[in-house]
Amino acid sequence: MRILEAPKAQEVLELNWLLVADFLTRFIREELAWRGYEKAIVAVSGGVDSATTLALAVRALGAERVHALFLPYRESSPTSREHAQLVAKTFGVALEEVDITPMVEGYAALTPDLTPHRKGNVMARARMIVLFDKSEAYKALPLGTGNKTERLFGYYTWHGDDTPPVNPLGDLYKTQVWRLAEYLGVPEAVVRKPPTADLIPGQTDEADLGVRYLRADVILEHYLKGYPDQYILGLGFTEEELRRVKERVNRTHWKRALPTVALLSSTGIGEFYLRPLDYRP
Amino acid sequence: MEEVRHAVLQFRPEKSRIGESLARLRAHLEALRPHAPQVVVLPEAALTGYFLQGGVRELALTRHELLELLVGVYEEVGWEGVLDVVVGFYERDEGAYYNSAAYLELPHRVVHVHRKVFLPTYGVFDEERYLARGRRVEAFRTRFGKAALLICEDFWHSITATLAALDGAEVIYVPAASPARGFQGGYPENVARWRTLAQAVAAEHGLYVVVASLVGFEGGKGMSGGSLAVGPDGRVLAEAPLFEEAALLFALDRGRIAPVRYESPLLSDLEAGLPLLLPDLQRVLGRRDADT
Repeated sequence: MRILEAPKAQEVLELNWLLVADFLTRFIREELAWRGYEKAIVAVSGGVDSATTLALAVRALGAERVHALFLPYRESSPTSREHAQLVAKTFGVALEEVDITPMVEGYAALTPDLTPHRKGNVMARARMIVLFDKSEAYKALPLGTGNKTERLFGYYTWHGDDTPPVNPLGDLYKTQVWRLAEYLGVPEAVVRKPPTADLIPGQTDEADLGVRYLRADVILEHYLKGYPDQYILGLGFTEEELRRVKERVNRTHWKRALPTVALLSSTGIGEFYLRPLDYRP
Repeated sequence: MEEVRHAVLQFRPEKSRIGESLARLRAHLEALRPHAPQVVVLPEAALTGYFLQGGVRELALTRHELLELLVGVYEEVGWEGVLDVVVGFYERDEGAYYNSAAYLELPHRVVHVHRKVFLPTYGVFDEERYLARGRRVEAFRTRFGKAALLICEDFWHSITATLAALDGAEVIYVPAASPARGFQGGYPENVARWRTLAQAVAAEHGLYVVVASLVGFEGGKGMSGGSLAVGPDGRVLAEAPLFEEAALLFALDRGRIAPVRYESPLLSDLEAGLPLLLPDLQRVLGRRDADT
Protein backbone atom coordinates (compact mmCIF):
# COMPACT_ATOMS: atom_id res chain seq x y z
CA MET A 1 0.00 0.00 0.00
CA ARG A 2 1.27 3.48 -0.86
CA ILE A 3 0.84 6.09 1.84
CA LEU A 4 0.61 9.61 0.46
CA GLU A 5 0.81 12.73 2.56
CA ALA A 6 -0.33 16.11 1.24
CA PRO A 7 2.20 18.93 1.63
CA LYS A 8 1.40 21.77 4.03
CA ALA A 9 -0.91 24.17 2.21
CA GLN A 10 0.09 27.79 1.76
CA GLU A 11 -1.17 30.74 -0.24
CA VAL A 12 0.15 30.96 -3.79
CA LEU A 13 1.49 34.25 -5.13
CA GLU A 14 2.37 32.95 -8.59
CA LEU A 15 -0.43 34.00 -10.96
CA ASN A 16 -1.53 33.33 -14.53
CA TRP A 17 0.26 36.38 -15.97
CA LEU A 18 -1.45 36.19 -19.34
CA LEU A 19 -4.83 36.41 -17.62
CA VAL A 20 -3.64 39.15 -15.25
CA ALA A 21 -2.26 41.23 -18.13
CA ASP A 22 -5.53 40.84 -20.05
CA PHE A 23 -7.54 41.85 -16.97
CA LEU A 24 -5.39 44.90 -16.23
CA THR A 25 -5.41 46.19 -19.81
CA ARG A 26 -9.21 45.99 -19.84
CA PHE A 27 -9.24 47.70 -16.44
CA ILE A 28 -7.20 50.65 -17.79
CA ARG A 29 -9.38 50.98 -20.88
CA GLU A 30 -12.68 50.88 -19.01
CA GLU A 31 -11.65 53.07 -16.07
CA LEU A 32 -10.43 55.74 -18.50
CA ALA A 33 -13.46 55.45 -20.76
CA TRP A 34 -16.18 56.24 -18.23
CA ARG A 35 -14.12 59.16 -16.94
CA GLY A 36 -14.07 60.50 -20.50
CA TYR A 37 -10.35 59.95 -21.19
CA GLU A 38 -8.69 58.30 -24.17
CA LYS A 39 -5.10 58.90 -23.08
CA ALA A 40 -2.99 58.07 -20.04
CA ILE A 41 0.12 59.63 -18.54
CA VAL A 42 2.70 57.74 -16.50
CA ALA A 43 5.60 59.14 -14.49
CA VAL A 44 8.45 56.76 -15.34
CA SER A 45 11.21 56.56 -12.73
CA GLY A 46 13.41 53.90 -14.27
CA GLY A 47 12.03 51.38 -11.77
CA VAL A 48 10.01 48.23 -12.34
CA ASP A 49 6.61 49.48 -11.11
CA SER A 50 6.37 52.44 -13.48
CA ALA A 51 7.84 50.36 -16.33
CA THR A 52 5.15 47.71 -15.81
CA THR A 53 2.42 50.36 -15.63
CA LEU A 54 3.70 51.90 -18.86
CA ALA A 55 3.73 48.50 -20.57
CA LEU A 56 0.12 47.86 -19.52
CA ALA A 57 -0.98 51.34 -20.63
CA VAL A 58 0.57 50.80 -24.06
CA ARG A 59 -1.20 47.43 -24.36
CA ALA A 60 -4.48 49.02 -23.34
CA LEU A 61 -4.41 52.22 -25.36
CA GLY A 62 -1.62 52.02 -27.94
CA ALA A 63 1.73 53.83 -27.61
CA GLU A 64 0.38 56.96 -29.32
CA ARG A 65 -2.13 57.45 -26.50
CA VAL A 66 0.36 57.16 -23.66
CA HIS A 67 2.57 59.98 -22.35
CA ALA A 68 5.68 59.09 -20.34
CA LEU A 69 7.26 61.66 -18.04
CA PHE A 70 10.72 61.46 -16.49
CA LEU A 71 11.02 63.81 -13.51
CA PRO A 72 14.60 63.78 -12.18
CA TYR A 73 16.15 65.78 -9.37
CA ARG A 74 19.80 66.74 -9.79
CA GLU A 75 20.96 64.00 -7.38
CA SER A 76 18.82 61.26 -8.96
CA SER A 77 20.93 58.29 -9.98
CA PRO A 78 22.17 58.44 -13.61
CA THR A 79 21.03 54.81 -13.92
CA SER A 80 17.45 55.99 -13.34
CA ARG A 81 17.61 58.15 -16.48
CA GLU A 82 19.20 55.35 -18.53
CA HIS A 83 16.52 52.93 -17.41
CA ALA A 84 13.66 55.37 -17.94
CA GLN A 85 14.90 55.93 -21.50
CA LEU A 86 15.31 52.19 -22.05
CA VAL A 87 11.76 51.52 -20.83
CA ALA A 88 10.23 54.27 -23.00
CA LYS A 89 12.14 53.00 -26.04
CA THR A 90 11.15 49.38 -25.35
CA PHE A 91 7.45 50.26 -25.36
CA GLY A 92 7.65 52.83 -28.16
CA VAL A 93 6.69 55.88 -26.12
CA ALA A 94 8.39 59.29 -26.29
CA LEU A 95 9.89 60.31 -22.94
CA GLU A 96 9.39 63.89 -21.82
CA GLU A 97 11.82 65.11 -19.17
CA VAL A 98 11.01 67.79 -16.64
CA ASP A 99 13.78 68.60 -14.15
CA ILE A 100 12.19 69.15 -10.73
CA THR A 101 15.42 70.57 -9.25
CA PRO A 102 14.36 74.25 -9.51
CA MET A 103 11.03 73.48 -7.83
CA VAL A 104 12.67 71.55 -5.00
CA GLU A 105 15.60 73.96 -4.59
CA GLY A 106 13.26 76.96 -4.63
CA TYR A 107 11.62 75.59 -1.49
CA ALA A 108 14.91 74.30 -0.03
CA ALA A 109 16.42 77.79 -0.27
CA LEU A 110 13.60 79.07 1.96
CA THR A 111 13.99 76.18 4.39
CA PRO A 112 17.53 75.89 5.75
CA ASP A 113 16.72 73.03 8.14
CA LEU A 114 15.27 70.79 5.40
CA THR A 115 16.40 67.23 6.21
CA PRO A 116 17.10 64.64 3.46
CA HIS A 117 13.94 62.78 4.50
CA ARG A 118 11.75 65.90 4.22
CA LYS A 119 13.44 66.85 0.97
CA GLY A 120 12.56 63.43 -0.41
CA ASN A 121 8.89 64.10 0.39
CA VAL A 122 9.12 67.51 -1.30
CA MET A 123 10.48 65.76 -4.42
CA ALA A 124 7.59 63.29 -4.46
CA ARG A 125 5.08 66.14 -4.12
CA ALA A 126 6.83 68.22 -6.79
CA ARG A 127 6.51 65.23 -9.13
CA MET A 128 2.81 65.03 -8.29
CA ILE A 129 2.36 68.71 -9.23
CA VAL A 130 4.06 68.21 -12.61
CA LEU A 131 2.18 64.97 -13.31
CA PHE A 132 -1.23 66.54 -12.71
CA ASP A 133 -0.39 69.69 -14.67
CA LYS A 134 0.78 67.62 -17.65
CA SER A 135 -2.37 65.52 -17.26
CA GLU A 136 -4.44 68.66 -17.72
CA ALA A 137 -2.28 69.86 -20.61
CA TYR A 138 -2.53 66.58 -22.54
CA LYS A 139 -6.01 65.52 -21.36
CA ALA A 140 -4.37 62.29 -20.27
CA LEU A 141 -5.35 60.54 -17.03
CA PRO A 142 -2.47 59.88 -14.58
CA LEU A 143 -1.92 56.20 -13.81
CA GLY A 144 -0.61 55.26 -10.39
CA THR A 145 2.31 52.88 -10.07
CA GLY A 146 2.20 51.91 -6.39
CA ASN A 147 2.27 48.17 -5.63
CA LYS A 148 0.45 46.38 -2.82
CA THR A 149 3.54 45.84 -0.68
CA GLU A 150 4.47 49.51 -0.54
CA ARG A 151 0.84 50.48 -0.05
CA LEU A 152 0.57 48.09 2.92
CA PHE A 153 3.86 49.33 4.38
CA GLY A 154 2.94 52.98 3.84
CA TYR A 155 6.25 53.21 2.00
CA TYR A 156 5.40 56.23 -0.10
CA THR A 157 4.78 59.96 0.30
CA TRP A 158 1.19 60.68 1.32
CA HIS A 159 -0.56 62.77 -1.34
CA GLY A 160 2.57 62.40 -3.44
CA ASP A 161 3.03 59.17 -5.34
CA ASP A 162 -0.32 57.71 -4.18
CA THR A 163 -2.45 60.43 -5.86
CA PRO A 164 -3.27 59.16 -9.41
CA PRO A 165 -6.94 58.18 -9.64
CA VAL A 166 -6.41 54.85 -11.41
CA ASN A 167 -3.84 52.29 -10.32
CA PRO A 168 -3.49 48.94 -12.11
CA LEU A 169 -0.77 47.47 -9.81
CA GLY A 170 -2.19 48.34 -6.41
CA ASP A 171 -3.38 44.78 -5.66
CA LEU A 172 -0.13 43.08 -6.74
CA TYR A 173 2.74 42.53 -4.32
CA LYS A 174 6.19 43.70 -5.35
CA THR A 175 7.34 40.17 -6.18
CA GLN A 176 4.22 39.73 -8.34
CA VAL A 177 5.03 42.97 -10.18
CA TRP A 178 8.48 41.52 -10.94
CA ARG A 179 6.88 38.44 -12.51
CA LEU A 180 4.31 40.47 -14.46
CA ALA A 181 7.12 42.77 -15.66
CA GLU A 182 9.00 39.77 -17.03
CA TYR A 183 5.85 38.57 -18.80
CA LEU A 184 5.29 42.00 -20.36
CA GLY A 185 8.86 42.29 -21.61
CA VAL A 186 10.17 44.97 -19.25
CA PRO A 187 13.97 45.02 -19.80
CA GLU A 188 15.84 42.65 -17.48
CA ALA A 189 18.14 45.42 -16.21
CA VAL A 190 15.06 47.16 -14.80
CA VAL A 191 13.45 44.04 -13.34
CA ARG A 192 16.61 42.72 -11.72
CA LYS A 193 18.03 45.85 -10.09
CA PRO A 194 17.49 46.45 -6.36
CA PRO A 195 14.31 48.56 -5.94
CA THR A 196 14.88 52.11 -4.74
CA ALA A 197 12.78 55.23 -4.18
CA ASP A 198 15.92 57.15 -5.31
CA LEU A 199 15.11 60.08 -3.04
CA ILE A 200 18.39 59.87 -1.14
CA PRO A 201 21.66 58.72 -2.83
CA GLY A 202 22.37 55.03 -2.17
CA GLN A 203 18.87 54.32 -0.82
CA THR A 204 17.27 50.87 -1.36
CA ASP A 205 13.75 49.75 -0.41
CA GLU A 206 14.83 46.57 1.32
CA ALA A 207 17.40 48.38 3.50
CA ASP A 208 14.73 50.96 4.45
CA LEU A 209 12.13 48.31 5.20
CA GLY A 210 14.44 45.85 6.97
CA VAL A 211 12.93 42.83 5.25
CA ARG A 212 13.31 41.22 1.82
CA TYR A 213 10.36 41.57 -0.54
CA LEU A 214 10.47 37.85 -1.33
CA ARG A 215 9.80 37.10 2.32
CA ALA A 216 7.62 40.11 3.20
CA ASP A 217 5.09 39.37 0.46
CA VAL A 218 4.44 35.81 1.63
CA ILE A 219 4.06 37.00 5.21
CA LEU A 220 1.70 39.79 4.12
CA GLU A 221 -0.56 37.50 2.09
CA HIS A 222 -0.96 35.09 5.02
CA TYR A 223 -1.36 37.89 7.57
CA LEU A 224 -4.03 39.65 5.49
CA LYS A 225 -5.93 36.39 5.07
CA GLY A 226 -6.03 35.96 8.83
CA TYR A 227 -3.57 33.11 9.39
CA PRO A 228 -2.41 33.07 13.02
CA ASP A 229 1.21 33.97 13.86
CA GLN A 230 2.14 30.37 14.65
CA TYR A 231 1.06 29.27 11.19
CA ILE A 232 3.15 31.97 9.51
CA LEU A 233 6.18 31.16 11.66
CA GLY A 234 5.67 27.52 10.69
CA LEU A 235 6.29 28.50 7.07
CA GLY A 236 9.88 29.36 7.98
CA PHE A 237 9.77 33.05 8.87
CA THR A 238 11.39 34.59 11.95
CA GLU A 239 9.55 36.35 14.72
CA GLU A 240 11.52 39.50 13.87
CA GLU A 241 10.37 39.43 10.21
CA LEU A 242 6.76 38.89 11.23
CA ARG A 243 6.94 41.66 13.82
CA ARG A 244 8.39 44.15 11.32
CA VAL A 245 5.78 43.36 8.69
CA LYS A 246 2.83 43.62 11.10
CA GLU A 247 4.18 46.81 12.64
CA ARG A 248 4.57 48.50 9.26
CA VAL A 249 1.02 47.57 8.21
CA ASN A 250 -0.56 48.61 11.51
CA ARG A 251 1.25 51.91 11.79
CA THR A 252 -0.03 53.11 8.42
CA HIS A 253 -3.77 52.37 8.10
CA TRP A 254 -4.41 56.14 8.17
CA LYS A 255 -2.25 56.54 5.09
CA ARG A 256 -4.54 54.33 3.01
CA ALA A 257 -7.63 56.35 3.90
CA LEU A 258 -9.09 59.71 3.03
CA PRO A 259 -8.66 62.45 5.67
CA THR A 260 -10.64 61.95 8.87
CA VAL A 261 -13.80 64.05 9.04
CA ALA A 262 -15.61 64.86 12.29
CA LEU A 263 -19.01 63.23 12.00
CA LEU A 264 -21.93 65.36 13.19
CA SER A 265 -24.95 64.29 11.13
CA SER A 266 -26.66 61.18 9.83
CA THR A 267 -25.67 62.11 6.29
CA GLY A 268 -21.88 62.05 6.74
CA ILE A 269 -20.18 61.42 3.41
CA GLY A 270 -18.66 57.98 3.19
CA GLU A 271 -20.15 56.98 6.56
CA PHE A 272 -23.91 57.34 6.09
CA TYR A 273 -24.09 58.67 2.54
CA LEU A 274 -22.52 55.87 0.53
CA ARG A 275 -22.22 55.88 -3.26
CA PRO A 276 -19.61 54.07 -5.35
CA LEU A 277 -17.16 56.31 -7.20
CA ASP A 278 -18.57 55.35 -10.61
CA TYR A 279 -22.17 56.15 -9.61
CA ARG A 280 -23.48 58.84 -11.96
CA PRO A 281 -27.20 58.48 -12.64
CA MET B 1 -42.01 21.41 -30.21
CA GLU B 2 -39.56 20.63 -27.42
CA GLU B 3 -36.60 22.78 -28.53
CA VAL B 4 -36.54 26.29 -27.16
CA ARG B 5 -34.05 28.68 -28.69
CA HIS B 6 -32.16 30.63 -26.01
CA ALA B 7 -29.76 33.54 -26.03
CA VAL B 8 -27.69 34.21 -22.92
CA LEU B 9 -26.73 37.87 -23.10
CA GLN B 10 -23.48 38.51 -21.23
CA PHE B 11 -24.14 42.20 -20.74
CA ARG B 12 -22.19 45.29 -19.66
CA PRO B 13 -24.56 47.90 -18.24
CA GLU B 14 -23.96 51.62 -18.34
CA LYS B 15 -23.31 52.00 -14.63
CA SER B 16 -26.21 53.57 -12.75
CA ARG B 17 -27.84 54.76 -15.99
CA ILE B 18 -30.96 52.76 -16.75
CA GLY B 19 -31.86 54.70 -19.91
CA GLU B 20 -28.44 54.17 -21.46
CA SER B 21 -28.42 50.51 -20.43
CA LEU B 22 -31.79 50.04 -22.13
CA ALA B 23 -30.41 51.66 -25.29
CA ARG B 24 -27.51 49.23 -25.18
CA LEU B 25 -29.92 46.33 -24.68
CA ARG B 26 -31.97 47.52 -27.64
CA ALA B 27 -28.88 47.40 -29.88
CA HIS B 28 -28.08 43.88 -28.69
CA LEU B 29 -31.64 42.66 -29.27
CA GLU B 30 -31.49 44.03 -32.79
CA ALA B 31 -28.31 42.03 -33.37
CA LEU B 32 -29.98 38.91 -31.93
CA ARG B 33 -33.24 39.22 -33.85
CA PRO B 34 -32.07 37.31 -36.97
CA HIS B 35 -31.27 34.36 -34.67
CA ALA B 36 -34.84 34.39 -33.38
CA PRO B 37 -34.29 33.47 -29.74
CA GLN B 38 -37.47 32.69 -27.79
CA VAL B 39 -35.85 33.33 -24.43
CA VAL B 40 -33.17 35.95 -23.70
CA VAL B 41 -31.38 35.64 -20.37
CA LEU B 42 -29.68 38.68 -18.82
CA PRO B 43 -27.41 38.94 -15.75
CA GLU B 44 -28.02 40.19 -12.22
CA ALA B 45 -28.52 43.97 -11.83
CA ALA B 46 -28.37 44.14 -15.61
CA LEU B 47 -29.79 47.63 -16.08
CA THR B 48 -27.83 49.46 -13.36
CA GLY B 49 -24.64 47.59 -12.59
CA TYR B 50 -24.17 45.65 -9.37
CA PHE B 51 -22.33 47.87 -6.86
CA LEU B 52 -24.72 50.76 -6.11
CA GLN B 53 -24.45 51.01 -2.31
CA GLY B 54 -27.17 53.46 -1.19
CA GLY B 55 -27.94 54.23 -4.83
CA VAL B 56 -30.21 51.16 -4.78
CA ARG B 57 -32.85 53.38 -3.23
CA GLU B 58 -32.70 55.76 -6.19
CA LEU B 59 -32.58 53.20 -8.99
CA ALA B 60 -34.79 50.33 -7.82
CA LEU B 61 -37.89 49.63 -9.93
CA THR B 62 -41.21 48.01 -9.21
CA ARG B 63 -41.81 44.89 -11.27
CA HIS B 64 -44.42 46.77 -13.30
CA GLU B 65 -42.01 49.62 -14.05
CA LEU B 66 -39.52 47.00 -15.20
CA LEU B 67 -42.11 45.40 -17.47
CA GLU B 68 -43.05 48.79 -18.91
CA LEU B 69 -39.42 49.68 -19.66
CA LEU B 70 -38.71 46.36 -21.36
CA VAL B 71 -41.94 46.44 -23.34
CA GLY B 72 -40.70 49.85 -24.54
CA VAL B 73 -37.46 48.28 -25.78
CA TYR B 74 -39.39 45.37 -27.32
CA GLU B 75 -41.60 47.79 -29.23
CA GLU B 76 -38.71 49.99 -30.37
CA VAL B 77 -36.92 46.94 -31.72
CA GLY B 78 -40.13 45.88 -33.46
CA TRP B 79 -39.81 42.29 -32.24
CA GLU B 80 -42.36 39.95 -33.78
CA GLY B 81 -44.22 37.55 -31.52
CA VAL B 82 -43.74 36.89 -27.85
CA LEU B 83 -40.25 37.19 -26.35
CA ASP B 84 -39.45 35.75 -22.94
CA VAL B 85 -36.79 37.63 -20.97
CA VAL B 86 -35.03 36.75 -17.73
CA VAL B 87 -33.46 39.81 -16.15
CA GLY B 88 -31.90 40.73 -12.82
CA PHE B 89 -32.92 44.08 -11.31
CA TYR B 90 -33.08 45.99 -8.04
CA GLU B 91 -36.72 45.82 -6.98
CA ARG B 92 -38.70 48.34 -4.92
CA ASP B 93 -41.82 47.14 -3.18
CA GLU B 94 -43.70 48.81 -0.31
CA GLY B 95 -40.64 50.63 1.01
CA ALA B 96 -38.37 47.58 0.87
CA TYR B 97 -35.62 46.86 -1.63
CA TYR B 98 -34.64 43.49 -3.07
CA ASN B 99 -32.07 42.01 -5.41
CA SER B 100 -34.56 40.34 -7.76
CA ALA B 101 -34.83 38.53 -11.07
CA ALA B 102 -37.93 38.56 -13.24
CA TYR B 103 -39.18 36.18 -15.89
CA LEU B 104 -41.17 38.30 -18.35
CA GLU B 105 -43.30 37.45 -21.36
CA LEU B 106 -42.94 40.51 -23.60
CA PRO B 107 -45.09 42.36 -24.34
CA HIS B 108 -47.69 40.86 -22.02
CA ARG B 109 -46.82 40.08 -18.43
CA VAL B 110 -44.54 39.42 -15.50
CA VAL B 111 -44.59 35.64 -15.15
CA HIS B 112 -42.53 35.36 -11.97
CA VAL B 113 -40.19 37.34 -9.72
CA HIS B 114 -37.59 35.72 -7.49
CA ARG B 115 -36.02 37.70 -4.67
CA LYS B 116 -32.46 36.74 -3.77
CA VAL B 117 -32.41 34.83 -0.50
CA PHE B 118 -28.66 34.64 0.11
CA LEU B 119 -27.33 38.20 0.17
CA PRO B 120 -23.53 38.13 0.26
CA THR B 121 -22.28 40.47 2.96
CA TYR B 122 -18.62 39.60 3.28
CA GLY B 123 -15.40 40.43 1.47
CA VAL B 124 -16.14 42.77 -1.39
CA PHE B 125 -19.92 42.34 -0.98
CA ASP B 126 -22.28 44.38 1.20
CA GLU B 127 -25.79 43.47 0.03
CA GLU B 128 -27.59 43.01 3.31
CA ARG B 129 -26.75 46.57 4.33
CA TYR B 130 -28.99 47.84 1.53
CA LEU B 131 -31.39 45.01 0.68
CA ALA B 132 -33.99 42.74 2.25
CA ARG B 133 -33.89 38.98 1.79
CA GLY B 134 -36.30 37.02 -0.33
CA ARG B 135 -37.90 34.08 1.46
CA ARG B 136 -38.89 31.64 -1.25
CA VAL B 137 -37.52 29.38 -3.94
CA GLU B 138 -40.16 27.99 -6.24
CA ALA B 139 -40.58 26.64 -9.73
CA PHE B 140 -43.09 28.37 -12.01
CA ARG B 141 -44.74 27.58 -15.28
CA THR B 142 -43.64 29.34 -18.48
CA ARG B 143 -45.03 28.81 -21.95
CA PHE B 144 -42.18 26.29 -22.46
CA GLY B 145 -42.36 24.25 -19.27
CA LYS B 146 -41.34 24.63 -15.64
CA ALA B 147 -38.45 26.89 -14.67
CA ALA B 148 -36.88 28.40 -11.57
CA LEU B 149 -34.81 31.52 -10.93
CA LEU B 150 -31.89 31.76 -8.53
CA ILE B 151 -29.59 34.76 -8.21
CA CYS B 152 -25.83 34.46 -7.85
CA GLU B 153 -25.04 33.31 -4.28
CA ASP B 154 -28.43 31.59 -4.11
CA PHE B 155 -26.91 29.09 -6.52
CA TRP B 156 -23.75 28.58 -4.43
CA HIS B 157 -25.93 26.80 -1.84
CA SER B 158 -26.91 23.49 -3.38
CA ILE B 159 -30.09 23.37 -1.29
CA THR B 160 -31.74 26.06 -3.45
CA ALA B 161 -31.29 24.15 -6.69
CA THR B 162 -32.48 21.01 -4.90
CA LEU B 163 -35.69 22.79 -3.89
CA ALA B 164 -36.19 24.07 -7.44
CA ALA B 165 -35.65 20.59 -8.87
CA LEU B 166 -38.06 18.97 -6.40
CA ASP B 167 -40.60 21.64 -7.31
CA GLY B 168 -40.44 20.49 -10.91
CA ALA B 169 -37.99 22.91 -12.57
CA GLU B 170 -36.56 21.65 -15.84
CA VAL B 171 -34.31 24.65 -16.15
CA ILE B 172 -32.73 26.96 -13.57
CA TYR B 173 -31.87 30.43 -14.79
CA VAL B 174 -29.14 32.11 -12.75
CA PRO B 175 -28.52 35.82 -13.31
CA ALA B 176 -25.14 36.55 -11.69
CA ALA B 177 -22.61 39.31 -11.04
CA SER B 178 -19.28 37.85 -10.04
CA PRO B 179 -16.17 40.02 -9.58
CA ALA B 180 -13.09 38.19 -10.88
CA ARG B 181 -10.71 37.10 -8.15
CA GLY B 182 -8.06 34.42 -7.70
CA PHE B 183 -5.84 34.55 -10.80
CA GLN B 184 -3.67 31.51 -10.10
CA GLY B 185 -5.27 29.13 -12.61
CA GLY B 186 -6.47 29.04 -16.19
CA TYR B 187 -9.63 30.92 -15.20
CA PRO B 188 -10.32 33.25 -12.29
CA GLU B 189 -11.17 31.11 -9.26
CA ASN B 190 -14.79 32.33 -9.15
CA VAL B 191 -15.36 31.41 -12.81
CA ALA B 192 -13.96 27.92 -12.28
CA ARG B 193 -16.27 27.55 -9.27
CA TRP B 194 -19.33 28.60 -11.30
CA ARG B 195 -18.52 26.02 -13.93
CA THR B 196 -18.08 23.23 -11.37
CA LEU B 197 -21.30 24.17 -9.59
CA ALA B 198 -23.39 24.46 -12.74
CA GLN B 199 -22.21 21.10 -14.02
CA ALA B 200 -22.73 19.40 -10.66
CA VAL B 201 -26.24 20.81 -10.16
CA ALA B 202 -27.34 20.04 -13.71
CA ALA B 203 -26.06 16.45 -13.53
CA GLU B 204 -27.40 15.82 -10.02
CA HIS B 205 -30.96 16.78 -10.91
CA GLY B 206 -31.06 16.16 -14.66
CA LEU B 207 -32.01 19.70 -15.61
CA TYR B 208 -30.63 22.63 -17.57
CA VAL B 209 -28.63 25.34 -15.84
CA VAL B 210 -28.23 28.71 -17.53
CA VAL B 211 -25.87 31.23 -15.93
CA ALA B 212 -25.87 34.80 -17.29
CA SER B 213 -22.97 36.73 -15.83
CA LEU B 214 -22.35 40.48 -15.85
CA VAL B 215 -19.22 42.04 -17.40
CA GLY B 216 -17.57 45.44 -17.03
CA PHE B 217 -15.42 47.11 -14.37
CA GLU B 218 -17.10 48.73 -11.42
CA GLY B 219 -14.62 50.72 -9.35
CA GLY B 220 -11.75 48.34 -10.07
CA LYS B 221 -13.83 45.21 -9.58
CA GLY B 222 -13.98 43.40 -12.91
CA MET B 223 -17.16 41.42 -13.45
CA SER B 224 -15.89 38.19 -14.90
CA GLY B 225 -18.44 36.98 -17.44
CA GLY B 226 -17.93 33.32 -18.34
CA SER B 227 -21.68 32.79 -18.71
CA LEU B 228 -22.64 29.24 -19.52
CA ALA B 229 -25.37 26.82 -20.43
CA VAL B 230 -25.20 23.26 -19.11
CA GLY B 231 -27.32 20.34 -20.25
CA PRO B 232 -29.11 17.83 -18.00
CA ASP B 233 -26.21 15.39 -18.26
CA GLY B 234 -23.83 18.03 -16.84
CA ARG B 235 -22.13 18.78 -20.13
CA VAL B 236 -21.36 22.40 -21.00
CA LEU B 237 -23.36 23.34 -24.11
CA ALA B 238 -22.00 26.84 -24.55
CA GLU B 239 -19.63 29.08 -22.65
CA ALA B 240 -18.95 32.81 -23.06
CA PRO B 241 -15.50 34.42 -22.92
CA LEU B 242 -14.23 36.30 -19.89
CA PHE B 243 -14.66 40.03 -19.30
CA GLU B 244 -16.40 41.02 -22.55
CA GLU B 245 -19.92 41.16 -23.88
CA ALA B 246 -21.13 38.12 -25.80
CA ALA B 247 -24.32 36.27 -26.67
CA LEU B 248 -24.53 32.49 -26.28
CA LEU B 249 -27.07 30.78 -28.49
CA PHE B 250 -28.27 27.31 -27.65
CA ALA B 251 -31.38 25.15 -27.92
CA LEU B 252 -32.91 23.89 -24.71
CA ASP B 253 -34.33 20.51 -25.63
CA ARG B 254 -36.78 19.25 -23.02
CA GLY B 255 -36.76 15.88 -24.74
CA ARG B 256 -33.31 15.20 -23.33
CA ILE B 257 -34.41 15.43 -19.71
CA ALA B 258 -36.37 12.19 -19.41
CA PRO B 259 -33.67 9.89 -20.85
CA VAL B 260 -30.98 11.51 -18.68
CA ARG B 261 -33.14 11.09 -15.57
CA TYR B 262 -33.93 7.50 -16.53
CA GLU B 263 -30.24 6.67 -16.74
CA SER B 264 -29.36 8.57 -13.58
CA PRO B 265 -32.50 8.70 -11.39
CA LEU B 266 -30.96 10.80 -8.64
CA LEU B 267 -33.90 13.20 -8.46
CA SER B 268 -36.45 10.43 -7.86
CA ASP B 269 -34.07 8.91 -5.31
CA LEU B 270 -33.99 12.28 -3.61
CA GLU B 271 -37.78 12.52 -3.58
CA ALA B 272 -37.94 9.13 -1.89
CA GLY B 273 -35.00 9.60 0.48
CA LEU B 274 -35.26 13.21 1.53
CA PRO B 275 -38.27 12.74 3.83
CA LEU B 276 -36.16 10.26 5.81
CA LEU B 277 -33.66 13.03 6.49
CA LEU B 278 -36.14 15.75 7.44
CA PRO B 279 -35.96 14.97 11.17
CA ASP B 280 -32.21 15.43 10.99
CA LEU B 281 -32.64 18.68 9.11
CA GLN B 282 -34.93 19.91 11.86
CA ARG B 283 -32.50 18.69 14.49
CA VAL B 284 -29.52 20.54 13.03
CA LEU B 285 -31.55 23.69 12.61
CA GLY B 286 -32.44 23.52 16.28
CA ARG B 287 -36.16 23.57 15.66
CA ARG B 288 -36.87 20.53 17.80
CA ASP B 289 -35.42 22.30 20.82
CA ALA B 290 -37.37 25.42 20.01
CA ASP B 291 -40.62 23.44 19.73
CA THR B 292 -40.34 21.65 23.06
